[in-house]
Amino acid sequence: MKISLFIPCLVDQAAPETAKATVTLLERLGHEVHYDIRQTCCGQAPFNAGFRDEALTLAEKFIKLFSNSEIIVAPSGSCVSMVVNHYQELNLSTDLNDDWLELKTRVFELTSFLVDKLQLSDVGANFPHKVTYHASCHLLRDLGVKDQPLKLLKNVKDLQLIEGDWGDECCGYGGAFSAKYSDLSNRIADRRAENLAAGGAEFITGADDSCLMNLREAFKRIGKPQQTIHIARILASTNGEL
Amino acid sequence: MSSLVKQSIKKALNDRQLTEAVLKSCLKSVNKRADTITELDDLEQSRQKARAVRERSINELDALHNSFKSSFTKAGGILHYADTALAASRIVTNILNERNLRSGVKSKSMVAEEIGLNKALIDAGIDAVESDLGEYIVQLAGETPSHITAPALHRSKESIGRLFSEKLGIEYTDDPHELTMVARRILRKRFVEAEFGISGANFLIAETGHVIVVENESNARLGASLPKVFIAVTGIEKVLPNLVDAAPILDLLPRSATGQRASAYVNFLLPNKSKSADSQEFHLVLVDNGRSRALKDPLMREMLLCIRCGACLNICPVYRSVGGHAYRSVYPGPMGAVLSNMLGERTMIHQELPFLSTLCGVCKEICPIGIDIPRMLLELRSRADKPAIEKMAASVWEWTMSSHTRLEMAAQGVKLFSGLLLVSGVLENKSSFRKEVSRP
Repeated sequence: MKISLFIPCLVDQAAPETAKATVTLLERLGHEVHYDIRQTCCGQAPFNAGFRDEALTLAEKFIKLFSNSEIIVAPSGSCVSMVVNHYQELNLSTDLNDDWLELKTRVFELTSFLVDKLQLSDVGANFPHKVTYHASCHLLRDLGVKDQPLKLLKNVKDLQLIEGDWGDECCGYGGAFSAKYSDLSNRIADRRAENLAAGGAEFITGADDSCLMNLREAFKRIGKPQQTIHIARILASTNGEL
Repeated sequence: MSSLVKQSIKKALNDRQLTEAVLKSCLKSVNKRADTITELDDLEQSRQKARAVRERSINELDALHNSFKSSFTKAGGILHYADTALAASRIVTNILNERNLRSGVKSKSMVAEEIGLNKALIDAGIDAVESDLGEYIVQLAGETPSHITAPALHRSKESIGRLFSEKLGIEYTDDPHELTMVARRILRKRFVEAEFGISGANFLIAETGHVIVVENESNARLGASLPKVFIAVTGIEKVLPNLVDAAPILDLLPRSATGQRASAYVNFLLPNKSKSADSQEFHLVLVDNGRSRALKDPLMREMLLCIRCGACLNICPVYRSVGGHAYRSVYPGPMGAVLSNMLGERTMIHQELPFLSTLCGVCKEICPIGIDIPRMLLELRSRADKPAIEKMAASVWEWTMSSHTRLEMAAQGVKLFSGLLLVSGVLENKSSFRKEVSRP
């Protein structure tokens, strides 16, 4: 399959290893992966901050850039949700809205793409570590992607998935929220980190780097050894190394 | 200068007694909810049924009001309409002043809080004691409710013990049963002597004229039946078509709120028809205070479907970290952040509240009516007056992200600057993905 990568700006700038792992994984599965360097931000940052005109500019750019792509895959639930669920709240022109309606059926979050579209559960990964999964909110609640990441993790060779009753509480990130109300954001993050650490995993994984980075800081603050790592990196690993 | 909301968040975060009490209560309610809501045969179907009833309520509001007015007044009730909060509290104080009623009992009502009734009563020299235990505690402390169904949720039993000891002159105890008995003895006397009763109302039934009051302590029932004058206060959107329609809502409300299968008391109040000298006067004050305006707003009217269960407060990561007072608004939590912007006057505080959310979406997930609160939070963010610095940041972001070359240049600039921070290990020195893939 010819796959167009959608690498959210935050992943591009702050977590390039996630993007590289996504490429490694998809190519290993036999797909042709393309990355258009002209892509930037999907518009979520200004949209969530209440700036819709600014978000619209970026949404228009996104739609034009990807409208000829066969399949678009992104290692982020949050940015995919922006494209799929929120572009309708922007004032798109009729033509662009038609393009968007057509486009949004072809935009996939990585784990959902692997499980729902490619019907895979075992991607041939090997990662001999104790891992706990943190469901990021937009992936879980806005896209309804719940079991797919777990299914993939359960089929990683030698991976020990630690599941617990810690629920699906938010990590406290929330984009600009974490800057605006940093003490409160940290309080939520620390509580979530305590919960996730209780299972004794070495790695906390998830499908959104924004949340994982927020948790990484929380683990540091509360003095826990857990490392955070994007699920793409686990799935890309065939020798247990990152 | 940090905003008032930020100041109160800071205060809450530093109050260990408060944060522990809030988190404990929220978790308890959420866990109990999970136990009882799963007993329903088909939760999704129940929600859809309840939502359909609420939608019909607000879609046919005028017709339902006409029908309610006719059935309620035929039954002997006296109906009042108030456009504003001020008008509503004046109606209540006028009723009491005209009859020279000075002392009475009040049961829980968030609409009474919304219209500032307690202050209006004090200003009019009228003594109305709160008879719901949580509200009694809050009144004794000179506070306002911090939760829409559990007003004293921010207080531990120890802090209530200290409060009772200080204000009521009793020996300190933190035994919940003993504290309850103290309040009960005081309140019983007040019930017997009450010249009037005031209460909120959860729902109104258009077809029959019933005023439904859901409660757990029987205080609303006593307050509605003992005094010679009873005044219920509620929002105009609370009218339901008929009693059958109330069933799915009354099934979901207690399960969502406290995890109870049914509330201890579900009162179906009707005025007394007889015109004898000792029959009770039953007044109902219907408060608009922005609701009609919200009804005309296609993007916000969904909030009027709310049945005030408080589940979205209990599950919200923000609410359970700081409690209700941090929001500095009558209605706190996710529903409050939306509702506060629709009722009465929209203040700077109200406009800030939609930003006080991580947009995690769990409020929508838990809502028994499936109200899309996150969508409305986003809508309100776009409508809010935003600080100049944020406007500038958004423009810069738009300009930078409109072109990948600008993005790369900006990233370079940031990286040069952040090189200074690298020494302290604050940042990791990373190349971007785009730079790596574009390397020869």
